[in-house]
Amino acid sequence: MSNLQRLWRNSAVRGGVVVLVVLALLGVCAPWLGTFDPSAMDPSFISVDAGTAGQVTMPDGSQIAHTFWMGSDSVGRDVWSRVLYGTRISMLVGLFTAFVAIAFGCVLGMLAGYFRAVDAVLMRVMDGVMAIPAVLLAITLVAVLGANLSTVILAIAVPEVPRVTRLVRALVMSLRDEPFVEAARALATPDVTILWRDILPNALAPLIVQGTFIAASAVLTEAILSFLGLGLPSDVPTWGNIMAEGRVQFSQSPGNVLFPALFLVPTVLAINLLGDGLRDVLDPKFSKRV
Amino acid sequence: MNAMNTILEVRGLQVALPSDADRPHAIERLDLRIEAGRTLCIVGESGSGKSVLATTVMGLLAKGLTVTQGDVVLSGETLVDQGRFVADKRLRQLRGTVMGMVFQEPMTALNPVLGCGEQVDELLRTHTDWNAAQRKARILEIFERVRLPEPARIFASYPHQLSGGQRQRIVIAMAIILKPRLLICDEPTTALDVTTQAEILKLIAELQAEQGSAVLFITHDMGVVAEIADDVMVMHRGALVEQGPCEQVLRRPREAYTRMLLDAVPGMTPPAPRTLPGGAPLLVGTGVGKVYTRRDWMGRAKHTDALRDASVAVHRGETVGVVGESGSGKSTFARCMIRLIDPSAGSIRWGDAAVESLPEGRLRPLRSRIQVVFQDPNRSLNPRRTVGSSMVEGAMNFGMDRLHARRTAEELMDRIQLPRTALDRYPHQFSGGQRQRLAIARAIACQPQVLVADEAVSALDVSVQAQILDLLREIQRDLGLGILFITHDLRVAAQLCDRVIVMSQGRIVEEGATGRVFGAPADDYTRRLLAAAPRAELAGA
Repeated sequence: MSNLQRLWRNSAVRGGVVVLVVLALLGVCAPWLGTFDPSAMDPSFISVDAGTAGQVTMPDGSQIAHTFWMGSDSVGRDVWSRVLYGTRISMLVGLFTAFVAIAFGCVLGMLAGYFRAVDAVLMRVMDGVMAIPAVLLAITLVAVLGANLSTVILAIAVPEVPRVTRLVRALVMSLRDEPFVEAARALATPDVTILWRDILPNALAPLIVQGTFIAASAVLTEAILSFLGLGLPSDVPTWGNIMAEGRVQFSQSPGNVLFPALFLVPTVLAINLLGDGLRDVLDPKFSKRV
Repeated sequence: MNAMNTILEVRGLQVALPSDADRPHAIERLDLRIEAGRTLCIVGESGSGKSVLATTVMGLLAKGLTVTQGDVVLSGETLVDQGRFVADKRLRQLRGTVMGMVFQEPMTALNPVLGCGEQVDELLRTHTDWNAAQRKARILEIFERVRLPEPARIFASYPHQLSGGQRQRIVIAMAIILKPRLLICDEPTTALDVTTQAEILKLIAELQAEQGSAVLFITHDMGVVAEIADDVMVMHRGALVEQGPCEQVLRRPREAYTRMLLDAVPGMTPPAPRTLPGGAPLLVGTGVGKVYTRRDWMGRAKHTDALRDASVAVHRGETVGVVGESGSGKSTFARCMIRLIDPSAGSIRWGDAAVESLPEGRLRPLRSRIQVVFQDPNRSLNPRRTVGSSMVEGAMNFGMDRLHARRTAEELMDRIQLPRTALDRYPHQFSGGQRQRLAIARAIACQPQVLVADEAVSALDVSVQAQILDLLREIQRDLGLGILFITHDLRVAAQLCDRVIVMSQGRIVEEGATGRVFGAPADDYTRRLLAAAPRAELAGA
């Protein structure tokens, strides 16, 4: 538990966690925060200003009293509802992309770092993947696999895998020659056990840090893909989709672009802040404050 | 000696440690005085505060440490006045000119991306107004003086192109080029081989006689103290234990702690030979060789013979020592014998099994026969696992169930005199000596026939070292283990080994019974090695 306490004492970690928890709560509690179905549109409330109130007709014909805290978009959807529900997508994309990228990178990196025979071939493949621009690769993958949440996550994770692989490989190579690993070999411990029990736990700290940075860039990349119309379908409420929709009439109602941005920026900032803090605590070697 | 000659005076110095440390003060109420032309040796085990003293005088105190009380006066100028340092600017001016410092690790004391000459030149540019030609002439002169071969070539070389001894000479050249009145040496020879150490110690003594400066020499090695000190100060946990002329402290110590330190230093005279059980050898290497091949960018192979034609046989209950300086191939030899690296020539037998070319899969069932203990106790246990889980690993790999393995581990804890409950703790909760005990216990948990100890006591303080050596002897007596003991420390080899093998540049130059090799060395290199060991006999112990 002292490790958690040490983490909590770091102000960057604390700040990042607080912001992210607030955002996650907003996403989870979205149905009870004055929202309605984010894809429901009412033609009588097209591009209204922030703060407009009135009786909204739902798709099933029922009427509810509603205030458009952030206005509405060009087809009469509530921006506040869409932004809050969008939080869910962004959080999921960030979390799972980091998880997928680390998981694949970890397995490949451990193989490359521990077994010399695998190294040469695998790393050349990784170099090849690295040579393709990340967004381009993601666009291609989404185009091939079809646009839904899991393919978007996969598409954003794949370009990150080579970088994680390189990191893990370097960590494994330095750990492989540590006396405790050699001692385990002398004790006839199978390679898989050595990798799992002796090497992986000692490589975890830098990996967690790397994971947070991947999560931050994944949130951004997802927004970029959506904005370009290459991510999730445009009726799905994601911050990128809201901004893309608002772009055409930016001069009349800038809120449609600015409000999602107001959520996107602190999210990325908080994740990066958390990553910096984690690095300071877990990896004192690279700490700014020596 | 009158007060005019006093170069360094420290009065009532107290340095506080951060609040979460194991004791409140790194240094407690310390007084010392060094006169011109004298050498004061500060001796102590790790954590005694001796290095903190050196960095305090230099004004280079590590972050977290604060001087709370006391004065430091350097040739009439107050550096620390009642716990407060003079201005940083003044300290910077004094460093290099009035006080010079030589560090332990010459590789990290030099900047790897600057040429050696340039680094010394930087010092001269900062502190003198000489022109470039004058500076270069002076640098070449001082390189010549510290006996670096071909000063002009060294001037243009980078640190990694030089040997450890040459690098330390550069550091010494930098420390003395401006003829400081005080030279602080913090373990300057600890990272060096004995033959190099002997040369460096001689050089420091010569330079001191020449420049008449005072030397504050920090070491943990009593042999070095006997070699170089005029006065000795013994420190323990930040406090002064005893202070006096070298002769008196080493020969007639007043304090029990000093006596313990001196007694813990192994002697150079081997004890009388033991009778050994004999029998078939448990570990045999014949003509073992290892060639490393590196390819340059053209794909051309470059071969390095790390080990050539080395042979050894270890019998039941016998300790065979392999001694040599760094780069002699002794560790490569040990690693080949336990098949942590693949030998490129020769044959290796573990008991009745020829193992030199067995693949790892077929080697595993045999691995319980030969076990290994490494040098660095901080790195030989996985920091993320409890020591208990590390300890049962071997036994379980060889088919013991968890309950039995745990019971064996508990019995081993009794043997190494640690509480059984400590099995659930993590390595960082133990001291270096305790960790080395745990590493030994882990190695013997799977009941090996031979234990390979690769510099197993070299990173430990003398008092702890003595305990580990006792433990090894005891285990050997009880279990009839054969031990292959790799070390650079001739004293340890003399005390522990029945036979020794002397290695140099990847070859065995001499081998024989310890008494014979130490008493009447046949090879030239062995003779030089033995002569270089600091003060063969310390206190007539």
